[in-house]
Amino acid sequence: MKFGVVIFPGSNCEQDCYYAIGTVLGKPVEYIWHQETSVKGFDAVVLPGGFAYGDYLRTGALAKFSPVMKAIADFAKKGGLVFGICNGFQILTEAGLLAGALLRNVGLKYLCKFEYLRTETTDTPYTNLMHKGQVLRIPIGHGDGNFFADADTLKRIEDNDQVVFRYTDAKGNVTPEANPNGSLNNIAGIVNEQRNVLGMMPHPDRSYESILGSADGKLIFESMVNALVTK
Amino acid sequence: MMVSEDVLTQHNLTESEYQKIVAILKREPTITELGIFSVMWSEHCSYKSSRVHLRRLPTRGAAVLQGPGENAGIIDIGDGLAVAFKIESHNHPSFIEPFQGAATGVGGILRDIFTMGARPIAAMNSLRFGPLDKQQNKRILEGVVGGIAFYGNCFGVPTVGGEVYFSESYSQNPLVNAFALGIFEKDKIFYGRAHGVGNPVIYVGAKTGRDGIHGATMASAGFGEDAGAKRPNVQIGDPFMEKLLLEACLEAMQKGLIVGIQDMGAAGLTCSSCEMGARAGTGVELDLDVVPQRETGMTAYEIMLSESQERMLLVAEKSNEKAVFDVFHKWGLDAVTVGRVTNDGLLRVRHQGHIVAEIPNGALADDAPVYQRPLLPPKSIMSSRLDDYSFLDGCEPALVETFLSENNDWNKLLTIAVSSPNLSSRRWVWQQYDHMVQSNTLLGPGSDAAAVRVKGTKKALAMTLDGPAYRVARNPREGAKMAVAEACRNIVCSGGRPLAATNCLNFGNPEHPEVMWQFSEVVDGMAEACDSFGTPITGGNVSFYNETFGGDIYPTPVLGMVGLIEDLSLVTGSSFRESGDSIVLVEPVSRLVGKVNLEDERAVQNLVAAAIRDGLIRSAHDVSEGGLAVAIAECCYSNLQRPAIGAEINVPSSLEIRKDLFGEFSSRVLLTTRDAAELRKRAERTGLKFHDIGKVGGSRLILNYENLRVADIRVDELETAWSEGLPKLLS
Repeated sequence: MKFGVVIFPGSNCEQDCYYAIGTVLGKPVEYIWHQETSVKGFDAVVLPGGFAYGDYLRTGALAKFSPVMKAIADFAKKGGLVFGICNGFQILTEAGLLAGALLRNVGLKYLCKFEYLRTETTDTPYTNLMHKGQVLRIPIGHGDGNFFADADTLKRIEDNDQVVFRYTDAKGNVTPEANPNGSLNNIAGIVNEQRNVLGMMPHPDRSYESILGSADGKLIFESMVNALVTK
Repeated sequence: MMVSEDVLTQHNLTESEYQKIVAILKREPTITELGIFSVMWSEHCSYKSSRVHLRRLPTRGAAVLQGPGENAGIIDIGDGLAVAFKIESHNHPSFIEPFQGAATGVGGILRDIFTMGARPIAAMNSLRFGPLDKQQNKRILEGVVGGIAFYGNCFGVPTVGGEVYFSESYSQNPLVNAFALGIFEKDKIFYGRAHGVGNPVIYVGAKTGRDGIHGATMASAGFGEDAGAKRPNVQIGDPFMEKLLLEACLEAMQKGLIVGIQDMGAAGLTCSSCEMGARAGTGVELDLDVVPQRETGMTAYEIMLSESQERMLLVAEKSNEKAVFDVFHKWGLDAVTVGRVTNDGLLRVRHQGHIVAEIPNGALADDAPVYQRPLLPPKSIMSSRLDDYSFLDGCEPALVETFLSENNDWNKLLTIAVSSPNLSSRRWVWQQYDHMVQSNTLLGPGSDAAAVRVKGTKKALAMTLDGPAYRVARNPREGAKMAVAEACRNIVCSGGRPLAATNCLNFGNPEHPEVMWQFSEVVDGMAEACDSFGTPITGGNVSFYNETFGGDIYPTPVLGMVGLIEDLSLVTGSSFRESGDSIVLVEPVSRLVGKVNLEDERAVQNLVAAAIRDGLIRSAHDVSEGGLAVAIAECCYSNLQRPAIGAEINVPSSLEIRKDLFGEFSSRVLLTTRDAAELRKRAERTGLKFHDIGKVGGSRLILNYENLRVADIRVDELETAWSEGLPKLLS
């Protein structure tokens, strides 16, 4: 089993993902430079948070042209696990590997804070160790996390059980107050139809140990390991 | 002389400074040379007014690996690791253009850290604004916070703490002080030294434009009506470029390709080249024709003085030149050899076939004029009216009156205090800063001190910024001591041992004898306190000319203290933990306001440190602005671990109720424990006063005074008032 963490120019959470997988989970992990044209040998690829290309254009709009993205698209098509966190999620939507788009937060400000997320489905390689409805506490840190999709797309991902996490209150209720950024249906994370590509705005890579305020994020990485072991 | 008086004024040079330049060169300077001297001899770069005083600060200590004079100070934290840290001001640019001014302040301090080879792992900032009833002050605050967030978040450094204060004193002159801290292996430190005659001098990073020309000179004068016209002097920040520069520099260092390196900050190419030469005792020859330029037709003067951001100058072995280029090209950055190291000690600048400047490096870097400016205690002394309640400074006058005259409704007074501009929650500010990236943040913004773990060890670093400006304005010497004492107390309350500090000394016009007197007093107070706590000053920054329309700001020294937490298990928060815990107040026998007894202070800190080490302490909070009542409220608010929690307190009575509730006495700490008896024994043995004042529990904050229930309020209500204080002022 080998994890890869992609580095785009401007990525800044690659070390957190690397540490969570390599040190906390103790699983093999390597960096993948964005100029690579192959991801051969990896079983799961993580696109970390950050500001690829400075996010000066639309978030993810430039990163999708990095050579590694073509390899990742092929890898995803073959069923490989592709996990985009924050900026990684934005890149995956730009690259067309996930539906929808991430717009500016409704408050127009960057927000860094802990949020409660409700697990909407356990039928993914990222949530197989949780129970449906399980509330996790995982922080966000973004200025563009407002999930948007047109009505048809939204209906499709809802009907297909592709919504993985929603922002909720501590008890798991979906409320407008619990929505930090204006995301449609309080959506915090989704998978593709094949269910092997996950994008989420909150950072499990900042909540894998209780001294950081929460260890709930570790469950997501552990689910990935579980999925790879039982594959 | 050839140069007119106007030209000298434009360059902020005096007639006698000009004569000194002529004497050094043994001829009239070219216009480029005049520009170079003007920035290198500016107050900002040369410390010409402060140098004679700064010598009195302690700068050496067991942990100090590098004191003042380099890009940042460095201390040893054990395990083969070292920490580089520094604080710097960006006040003038932030007044003219708040967003970019603050953003480039963050960029500059981060470069100072990674120039030395350290990866930045934490940032903090200390901000001062005029009251928010003025639209302009709101605009400045929003711009500054936005700029800090823009830069720090994209760069990927967590902004883990800091302070924000409001006072009329800063209405026309906000203060933006940025702190950064980085970590590295202690045998892998890089210095800004141009060693090795013949070695190439390589320019890396962003292209040079016309932005920021004379930024250092601007920061060395006050502002009048024309402040807005100086906007072109402010640089534009590109945090993405800086992030690439960080990774490329660290990679080149890791590969052993770099001999010396310095960032181009204030005074740009001029400062980096002549300082690197001066430190190594070498000369540096530059060819400006090959300097990457963003604009066409730039003159030598403009290229040498540009303060375009995200640029570095480095020296490499000739044989490694290509390898250096490869690393920077990998990251998509410019890397060009723009000169070489020589043996003649001169900064020689060529442009379009001519030598446009030829100046001894040492004269620029070390021979700047040094002024022993006159000192005079001010004739009028600031009113003592708010001494007991300094947080009221910055409140509307009507609110101050209410606070000082209301004698019955203590719920109301507590609510006023916690929602006041200087005590209300700063969440609106720090929620815009990424304070979690790098996943090391153990105690984040809003804590007494921030705590950041050191991966691969059992240790954490504690850090805090403190600048009690009102106290310093009232009594510069005592105020400076209080700054040091409070900074150390914050570190100790978080479970750390203070190691060393950096200072940012923000003052008014040094040509005013009263300002220089304040400065001198502050240096003496700081020196005395730093000696007492064993915390040397490893570097920092002086910012003079903080005046607009002739009015000087409060003397505002900001201290950035760094401490070591030996084991993660010792990290201690300020919030109450659990129902039933005993709440105790520890203080010296004699109560002081506006000054500090350093011996008492040390006794309090030693007690807290030992009690934390022995596992007696559940929470520890420094009691400062707003006194005991406000400190208790702060410990009750909700946090990540639990919802809001109440407490019932018997407030010790000694003077009068208002002072006993809200008075700001020095050297006090609020602790919770499950072994109050043991703590009492320890406190009394060391001659400290110990009050067992109550228990954590319930959902209300109840204050009893001389057997009367004087305040009784739901904590969630109080917390709402505290949380909404700042957003309300901004709406």
